[in-house]
Amino acid sequence: MTAPANPAKVRGETILAVDNVVKHFPITRGVLLQRQVGAVKAVDGVSFELRRGETLGIVGESGCGKSTLARLLMRLETPTAGRAVLEGRDLFAAKGGELRRLRRNMQMVMQDPYTSLNPRMTVGDIIGEPFEIHPDAAPKGSKQKRVRELLDVVGLNPEHINRYPHQFSGGQRQRIGIARALALRPEIIVCDEPVSALDVSIQAQVINLLEQLQDEFGLSYIFIAHDLSVVRHISDRVAVMYLGRIVEIGTENEIYERATHPYTQALLSAVPVPDPDARENRNMIRLTGDVPSPADPPSGCHFRTRCWKAQEICATQDPATVPRAADPHPSACHFAELRPVA
Amino acid sequence: MSDFETVAATEDQSARRGVSGEPGTPAATQRPRSLAGDAWRDLRRKPVFWISLVLVVLVAAMAAVPSLFTANDPRDCLLSRQHAGPSGGAIFGYDFQGCDTYARAVYGARASLLVGAFSALLTGVIALVVGMVAGFFGGWVDAVLSRVIDIVLGIPLLLAAIVLLKRVSTASDNVRLLAVIFVLAVLGWTTAARVVRSSVITAKEQDYVAAARMLGAGNGRIMWRHILPNALAPAIVVLTIALGSFIAAEATLSFLGIGLKAPTISWGIEIDAGRVHMRESATPLVVPSVFLALTVLAFIMLGDAIRDAFDPKLR
Amino acid sequence: MTHAAVRPTPASPTPPGGHLLEVRDLHIEFRTGEGVAKVINGVSYHLDAGETLAVLGESGSGKSVTAQAIMGILDTPPAVIRSGEIRYQGRDLLTLPEEQRRQVRGKEIAIIFQDALSALNPTFPVGWQIGETLRQREGMSRADARARVVELMDLVRIPGAAGRLGDYPHQFSGGMRQRVMIAMALAMNPKVLIADEPTTALDVTVQAQIMDLLADLRRDLDMAMILITHDLGVVAGVADRIAVMYAGRIVEHADVRSLYRAPAHPYTKGLLESIPRLDVRGQALSTIRGLPPNLMRIPSGCPFHPRCPYAQQVCVDVVPHDLVLDDGRTSACHFAQEVRDDSAR
Repeated sequence: MTAPANPAKVRGETILAVDNVVKHFPITRGVLLQRQVGAVKAVDGVSFELRRGETLGIVGESGCGKSTLARLLMRLETPTAGRAVLEGRDLFAAKGGELRRLRRNMQMVMQDPYTSLNPRMTVGDIIGEPFEIHPDAAPKGSKQKRVRELLDVVGLNPEHINRYPHQFSGGQRQRIGIARALALRPEIIVCDEPVSALDVSIQAQVINLLEQLQDEFGLSYIFIAHDLSVVRHISDRVAVMYLGRIVEIGTENEIYERATHPYTQALLSAVPVPDPDARENRNMIRLTGDVPSPADPPSGCHFRTRCWKAQEICATQDPATVPRAADPHPSACHFAELRPVA
Repeated sequence: MSDFETVAATEDQSARRGVSGEPGTPAATQRPRSLAGDAWRDLRRKPVFWISLVLVVLVAAMAAVPSLFTANDPRDCLLSRQHAGPSGGAIFGYDFQGCDTYARAVYGARASLLVGAFSALLTGVIALVVGMVAGFFGGWVDAVLSRVIDIVLGIPLLLAAIVLLKRVSTASDNVRLLAVIFVLAVLGWTTAARVVRSSVITAKEQDYVAAARMLGAGNGRIMWRHILPNALAPAIVVLTIALGSFIAAEATLSFLGIGLKAPTISWGIEIDAGRVHMRESATPLVVPSVFLALTVLAFIMLGDAIRDAFDPKLR
Repeated sequence: MTHAAVRPTPASPTPPGGHLLEVRDLHIEFRTGEGVAKVINGVSYHLDAGETLAVLGESGSGKSVTAQAIMGILDTPPAVIRSGEIRYQGRDLLTLPEEQRRQVRGKEIAIIFQDALSALNPTFPVGWQIGETLRQREGMSRADARARVVELMDLVRIPGAAGRLGDYPHQFSGGMRQRVMIAMALAMNPKVLIADEPTTALDVTVQAQIMDLLADLRRDLDMAMILITHDLGVVAGVADRIAVMYAGRIVEHADVRSLYRAPAHPYTKGLLESIPRLDVRGQALSTIRGLPPNLMRIPSGCPFHPRCPYAQQVCVDVVPHDLVLDDGRTSACHFAQEVRDDSAR
């Protein structure tokens, strides 16, 4: 298999531009005659750019909308509003053949290696399915050969092409899922919590594989995870989501060393560090309360109900995710400032 | 307890690409095993499966080649042998008409099994189509089809069968056989359709269906390759059990005189005839009843055994 | 495996009255249609009053099964306890009649699980569920039980406790449900609290709250705690001692600080090197090759040898005993000293 990256394509140029995407799930009452009584604002105006060859990490706690965002990008859900420009076309407006063609350029690795593979299909059928759907992706008769190559690429034994998913461990299944995502030689792979279902000793193997494949094929990753340590390890840039919005976005260094949004600061301070000596001198920000329901988010800044800096302006005025005086990376806080070093 | 269901580690044999990886071999001796293969290994160990299978095969052979089981002609009836005891090949003696009770029960298998099998087949087709469409497309399609299922489910089988079959009461034997099959299927597909619908809904939500969609697969491919295979196993189980109850329903209809009629031979007709003269001799009633009961039981047990084998909770 | 080597550790020398809780040479099998899985293969550990012991392991290591054996909630069959002792205040729980065993369960030793949603009954209000044990086992009146439930819910810092007695589990967030579980576990004032992956299903900010709460409760109520987890970060935050499990054995046992500073078992060392760290930039992740063993076919000698970079012929042939290092820690590795010296570098 040769790298799909066209030498003419420049590393660092924008490959995917997501502009103000919104997804509201209607809340309905009644069985036959349904009427809408509200909406869960799962994704509430998210914009970002993905650059060629980079890994954009997206972190946030459950319910922040990061998985819905992934499903929107993969067109598994239809967005309520917004645009996503891929290859000069609006991914969200594409239909039929055009959508099928765009899909070839963007694939996903899913979280659960146990439900993402059809238990009734052999590994060969699973990894070969992309070629059946897109017959022009592999010359006639070469499907079997391509599947074996893919198995080899992800570090599995090509001889196991006729086995069924339940004969593999979780980590191996995740490799099968990665092989399937690679089959059409996409430029972008969305990884939705790709290692969170795996054992600690297996996680590193899969992370290393993803990094290696990125170098080899010039892939761009959108890496969605709740584990901040994993995201820091793999990402070039990081976006932090809270209640359907990106509250802060910047380079890995800007987010992890110079975060200006209070939520990012709290999130980072809560991550347990595998170092008993750090126990006493850690300066943890303890958030109180729970994440509010996305069906009824607070007015103004969504984070203000749990924020120790909240003032009146936070309830009335929605802070934009723009560069702040404290640090030049975008942060959605009226009182953005660097956290004093403890 | 999935806590110990880890996969065997073998020597790291393909650390190509520096992916100091998990080895590709789950276990050196393992061969490809499909879910059906696993279910079969499970079934093989169950006596209930074998007993019911033997019974089903016996009845099927009886229906196909009844002369293998008896040398006597069931239509060779002599009033002079009325309620006579066993003699010759007639191991259970003779009935009121002087016919061989055992031979008539053997020949009755064909009509019963034909009705059962074809009703189940037709039921399966209706159930798969309705259940698949309702479950896959959801929304108002599902709402409408689900109400249709509710309505059909609410129709009392016997009453509707009496009304419908009245129209063919004078028709030929074959037409009546078809009519019984049709009526049973039209009234009996609802349970299977519900089962199919719910397994389609479950399968539709699976990540692997989303994965296929992300690859660009269309509805047809998703239904055919990913959803149908996962909805088929529960449907087959329900249909096997339904087959048994269709045979019983045919007997009931024939017993009531609205299903098959003499000169067709079926267990229901025999039971009805035997009932009239029960006081004089019980064997003409008991023998077809036992045949019927064993056959129905065999199909229900078979369906149960298959269901257990396919139950993912036990895997 | 000799227990003699395991017992004395510097963190807690054997007190005169013996340990509060002690597991000795426990062997447990699971008998299934597929074969016999050796889930626990000679596990020994102990717990003294007021301390926190972390039991660390991946899925299949046997960390939860040991806890279930202590609680007496193992499903038998398929589980079979082949041999061993579980001594609580000197009495062997495994030989105790069920009636007395039930007295220990909940009253002396309580457990909380990872999945609070499935551990709570969705059809009853949480107040009623917390109070159930109080009414049934303590014979409290409704009013007394109610007062105690409010007290317990305050203790686990559920805001507005008195007003939430009638709420159902689904009306609580994940973190709040875990607090409800903790309140239930504390209802009978247990002396030992087993927390089985208590924060695995929770978000990081909520995880921090729950771990804080558990640490505070352990100190305030003077309980001893066994924390079962796969998360090296969580362990570092609260534990005094740590027992690392692999393939149904304890492979390393040490006080937390020395273990993190210089692991003396290749498995522990591999784990620590394979996790990405928030506080370290640009590290290369080393990996442990291969997979955890199939417990129906545990490798000969040291069960870790097929994955171990230190493995020699002796590891294939001889099961390593717990080696007591000069600082009193133990490691079930033939090359424990060497591994530790490598780690310390």
